[in-house]
Amino acid sequence: MHVPIEYFLVLSAFMFITGVAGVLTRRNAIVIFMSVELMLNSANLTLVTFSSYIGNPVGQLFVFFVMTVAAAEAAVGLAIIIALFRNKQTMNVDEINILKW
Amino acid sequence: MSLELFLFLVFAAVAAVSGILMITRSEVVMAALFLILNLASLAGLYLLLNAQFIAVVQVIVYAGAIMVLFLFVIMLLRPEHEKIVTKISGIRTFAFIIAALVFVQLAYVILKSHPGSALNSDVTASVNAGTVESIGTELYTNYILPFEAAGFLLLAATIGAVVLAKRKFE
Repeated sequence: MHVPIEYFLVLSAFMFITGVAGVLTRRNAIVIFMSVELMLNSANLTLVTFSSYIGNPVGQLFVFFVMTVAAAEAAVGLAIIIALFRNKQTMNVDEINILKW
Repeated sequence: MSLELFLFLVFAAVAAVSGILMITRSEVVMAALFLILNLASLAGLYLLLNAQFIAVVQVIVYAGAIMVLFLFVIMLLRPEHEKIVTKISGIRTFAFIIAALVFVQLAYVILKSHPGSALNSDVTASVNAGTVESIGTELYTNYILPFEAAGFLLLAATIGAVVLAKRKFE
């Protein structure tokens, strides 16, 4: 293993922060969703890194489950976005405020 | 500089830059394409980490299935271009400052704690951990219950997506 483990962890932290910045700054529902996927992937990178450096396959197994949940989340979330778009004709999360009291 | 380190730097640079480009493009399709580039370079990093199975699954499930679903919905709905300058741009700068601060904190903790010194990374163990065989053995013996639960989750998500995207409840 010629690459220090810290490099992978710092890259993972950077990708997570990029995802957080995307969620905070963008107003398009689909882009917010993709930023969440970016954050999930950075967590996956950390899991695979530790799994590989320790030599234990359970971390990669967990990545497998995270991917399952991400697939389910993407299917349901995009269906919700389609239903919202059909009713409000917009994807801007500032204009979707029907749940605000 | 070893080949491993060189490949890491290439993949890491592509992943970081495409991530930043993803959250700054105003066209949603471009953002999705940059996310696909990011996921593909992550698959390369997984190969570098000897995680062959996860690398292949990353390409098939993420870049193949999930992102195609995203692109499908984007092209179906044709969203108008988002105005990149929002009304309150103070929130935007505030968000970037907070993100940068948190990143500096995380990087400081990671580099200061130096987790590499506590690990005796054995390449053979790492290669053996990433094979389909070892992951499959774990999945079908110790983790069979979570595996079944994941199957139910996917079924529920499929039904939920169909019900939500249907035009009317009748």
